[in-house]
Parts: sequence; structure tokens; C-alpha cells
Amino acid sequence: MAMNALYARRRVSDRIATGLAYAAAAFGLGWLVLILGVLIYQGIGGLSLEVFTQNTPPPGSAGGLLNAIVGSIAMTVLAILIGTPIGVLAGTYLAEYGRHDRLAMIVRFINDILLSAPSVVVGLFVYEVLVAPMGHFSGYAGSVALAVIVIPVVVRTTEDMLRLVPDTLREAAASIGLPRSKMIMRIAYRAARAGIITGILLAVARISGETAPLLFTALNNQFFSLNMNAPMPSLPVVIFQFALSPYEEWQKLAWTGALLITATVLALSIFARSLTARK
Amino acid sequence: MGARVSEVAIKETSLPVGHSASRIAVLRRLRASDVSFKFLTRAAAIAVLVLLSGTLLSLVIGSVPAFRAFGFSFVTTEVWNPVTEQFGALAPIYGTLVTSFIAMLIAVPIGIMIAFFLTELCPKFLRRPIAIAIELLAGIPSIIYGIWGLFVFAPFVQKHIQPALIDTFDGWPVLGSLFEGPPYGIGMLTAGFILAIMVLPFVTAISRDVFDAVPAVLKEATYGLGCTTWEVFKFVILPYTRVGVIGGVMLGLGRALGETMAVTFVIGNAHTVSASILAPGTTISASIANEFTEAVGDLYTSSLIALGLILFFITFIVLAAARYMLLRIEQKGR
Repeated sequence: MAMNALYARRRVSDRIATGLAYAAAAFGLGWLVLILGVLIYQGIGGLSLEVFTQNTPPPGSAGGLLNAIVGSIAMTVLAILIGTPIGVLAGTYLAEYGRHDRLAMIVRFINDILLSAPSVVVGLFVYEVLVAPMGHFSGYAGSVALAVIVIPVVVRTTEDMLRLVPDTLREAAASIGLPRSKMIMRIAYRAARAGIITGILLAVARISGETAPLLFTALNNQFFSLNMNAPMPSLPVVIFQFALSPYEEWQKLAWTGALLITATVLALSIFARSLTARK
Repeated sequence: MGARVSEVAIKETSLPVGHSASRIAVLRRLRASDVSFKFLTRAAAIAVLVLLSGTLLSLVIGSVPAFRAFGFSFVTTEVWNPVTEQFGALAPIYGTLVTSFIAMLIAVPIGIMIAFFLTELCPKFLRRPIAIAIELLAGIPSIIYGIWGLFVFAPFVQKHIQPALIDTFDGWPVLGSLFEGPPYGIGMLTAGFILAIMVLPFVTAISRDVFDAVPAVLKEATYGLGCTTWEVFKFVILPYTRVGVIGGVMLGLGRALGETMAVTFVIGNAHTVSASILAPGTTISASIANEFTEAVGDLYTSSLIALGLILFFITFIVLAAARYMLLRIEQKGR
């Protein structure tokens, strides 16, 4: 009889625990649905051609997000152009040359910390080294701040992907007289290409929503501008400004911008994953 | 791939027979490019180090005026008055710690339970889609959480959750003061809750990875003894992966401490230390984001940079500890 009671109690606690696990999973998925649902509901109404053809309006009138979208794209592209070569090369060092040396160990550790370092601190850093000496906010400073966020992401994925390339391939290349640098560029990069591109796409996804590092580097700009040496608008900063404003038109545009960013970011990260998932 | 290796080798290194002079030239050129490529990758790796030390150095230099003016009391004073140029970091530090603590309190058990679900309970064909969906939560930019928190979640909290909390705990000894004051909607509890949703995917992803690394033999042996799924998890999986789970939790904590935009929207930006978690407050990152571009005068700017330095230190320690723990479980797996 006592045996049965014990058994029953164990079964009940198992039921409760597994029930809680199901509930936890539903909770997590519920938030995703809830956030995306509200975003679509609030943002889709404002989605029109004007959003892409008109600049951000002054308070109280209608307008679009053209200058913010262009500014975001310009700074993202420049940040990727700066960050990718450094990231890929550093990742190459970690995976190919420095597998066991001390420098690589330290760089790997520091890189992992940079990967989750607070982005607002990155903004302060770039403000100190670029904005303050130059005397003004600029699109360049914004791009550099974003590049600082790109680098660790690319370093990490490049190293991981190069490590997946089998060593027999490297040995085969060496055995027929290929110098190491040629082996890396022609053989290892080619084998790891999909993975490295995934890393870059994930980095794009990561920085296209970044706001904090842009607040005091690129600042904002009410007007259309392609001058990277002057303050530049970006979608996240415009959302920040408009959402906290009391004007209804601005708040509506903020929701539309939020929908645009989220759709871009999620599409990018799903696409990036599908690139490597095929293997 | 094998055919391609030889193809490349032939293109890069072969020459007509008998051209020994140009053969040496080619070899010399190859050697030069080989050495310079290695140098380049090494330089890029060192650039990563420079990035971190540069950040630290610029923050230290920038915060010198603030620490010179206020000394160590900068960390222990609550006053934050731009007009009289009196600055103390106590309120932001307090707000950062409290919101992150609330976030971890919610996210850790739920994140671990989701990982338990994904590794032990979920039907195989649903595992990948659900895992990806949870990870998408991490992909949503923090400003989206901010705008959503401000317009959707905060009003809900104000109308339903806060009044209920205030009524329930009214008159209780400790909990009463924890849930005190008018229901503003925004405040530390709301910020903590939104942070919880943001760090949930990090805790889940890492817990799932380490749970997956538990040898199947161990689990099967435990099932063989007649244990229930929950008992296998509690007595075998969790103890075996403890260090890794703690590492994942610390990684999530590092995120929560430094998170800026989501918190800035819903924290209320009030430089006060209050016992009630319903009250508005501020965090280090929210103060910087809100005030940095408006900061007039060197002392104000420097005080904000000093806040940044403190945040950098706290997150550095937390993240370094997280990495160390994850490294340990990686070595255990080998």
C-alpha cells in the first residue's frame, strides 16, 4: 500500500513538471505571437507608398520614412564593408594559424565578451574617439559604431565555419605544394563560404535594429542626406524619437517603421539559417 | 572537392619545365604573399583586442573628471542634479541590478523548462520549428520591445497587474513596501518583465545545447531504473549540466544588465532609489541613452561616461564568468 502511495506521488509530480514544461513553451511562443501580432496590427495600416517616397515630416503633418530608410541602409552597408574584412581575417587567424597559441586563446575570449557587450557602451566609445575630436556627429561615426558590433559576430561565425572544414582537405592541399595562404583562400574559404555568408547576414540583421550606438554617433537628421560626414537619420533612431513624441502621426510612423525593421531582421535571420541548414 | 584542390594547385604553382629563373621568382612571390596574408590575419586578430582595450581606455579617460570631482562617493550618492552639477550613480546602479534580478527571476525557470520541453518532451518533428521560433525572440530588435512595452504592455500592467499586486500585498510586512505606490504602468517591474522576455531565448538556447550533450547512456540507464521523465531531468540531466546552465544564465544576465532601448521606454527615467518595484526608476544604460546628447557641460558628460564605465565593468565580470563556465563544460564534453 505504501509502495503504491509513493508511486502515485512520483507520477503526480512528473505530471505537474511536464505540464509546467508544456506551459513554459506555450508562454515563450505566446510572446512571439503577441509581439508580432500587435506589430502587424499597428503597423500595417500606415504602410503605403508615401512611407518609401517621402521624408520624415515635421510634427502634425503626414510624411514618410524615406530619409531614415536610406540613412539606415547607407550606414549598414558601410559598417559591413568595414567590419567584414577585419572579422573574416581575425576569424581566419583563430581557425587556421592560431588554433593552440596564446594570442588566439585571448582573442577568442575577448571576442566572446565583445559579442554580448552592451551596445550603448560602444556608442560612448565611438563618441569619445570620433565624434568628440571631429566636433560633430556624422554618418561615418555611426557606421564605425555599427562596425564594432559587426566584427565579433563575423569573427565567431568565420572561426566556427572554418573549423568545420575537414583537415584532410588542408593536408591534401599542402601535399601538392600549395602555400598555406593559397590553401586558405582557395580551398578553406570555398568550403566554408555558405557559413561565412550566414555570419555576415546575421551581422546585418543584428545591426539593422541597433539604436543605442547610433544615438550619439550618427544622431538624427530631419532631411534627406547622403553626406556621411554630417548627422544622418536612421530607422531605429527615428522610431525612438517618434514613438516617445506626443504627436499621433509620428507615433503611427514609428509603428510602421518598427514593422519594417522587424520584417527585415526576421527575414534576414531566417534566410541566413536556411543557407547553412541545407547541409 | 579533391579534384578542385589539385586544380587550384596546378594553376597557382606550375610553370613550363626549364624556366628555373622564373620558377624562383614565382616561389619568392608566393612566399611573400604567404607571409603577408598571415600577417594580415594576425593584425586583424589583434584589432579585436585593441577594440576592447580601446573601449576601456576611452571610458576611463572620459570618466576622470567625474571621479576627480566626486571621488568614490559617486557610486554611493543618489543625487542626480544637472542644474547644480551634483551627480551620483546610486539610482542607476540600483535600477540596473533590480530590473536584471527581476528578469532573471522570471526567465531562468521558464527558460530551463522550455529547454527541458525541447530536449525530452517535444515530438521530434516539432523540435526544430519551436526552437527557431524561440530564437526569433532574440532576433527582434530591442527597440521593438521598447515600443511594444510602452504602448501595449505598460497600459495592461497599469490596468490589471499593478492594482492587483497593490491590493493583494497591502499591509504585508515586507512585500507591502515592495508593491507600494500608485500604478504608473511604467517602472522597474515592467522593465524587468520585458527584459525577461528578451533574455529568455538566451537561457533556453544554451540550456538546450548543454542538455543535448548529456550522454544518452546515462539517461537510458536512469529510465531503466524506472525513473519518470522529470526524475531523469532532475537527478541526472540537471546535475550533469549544472555548470553549463549557470554559464547560460550568466550570459543572459550580461544581456539584461546592458540592455538599453527596451528599458529606456518603460523605466520612467527617475533618478531615485525606491523600495517599491512598481515605482519608476532608471538604469545605467537608460540614463546614458536618455541624457547623453542633451548633457551640457564637461562634468555632466563625464558623469554619464563614468556610468558607462561602471556598466562595462559589471558586464565584463559577468560575461567573463559565463564564458569560463561554458568553457569548463565544453572540456567536460570532450
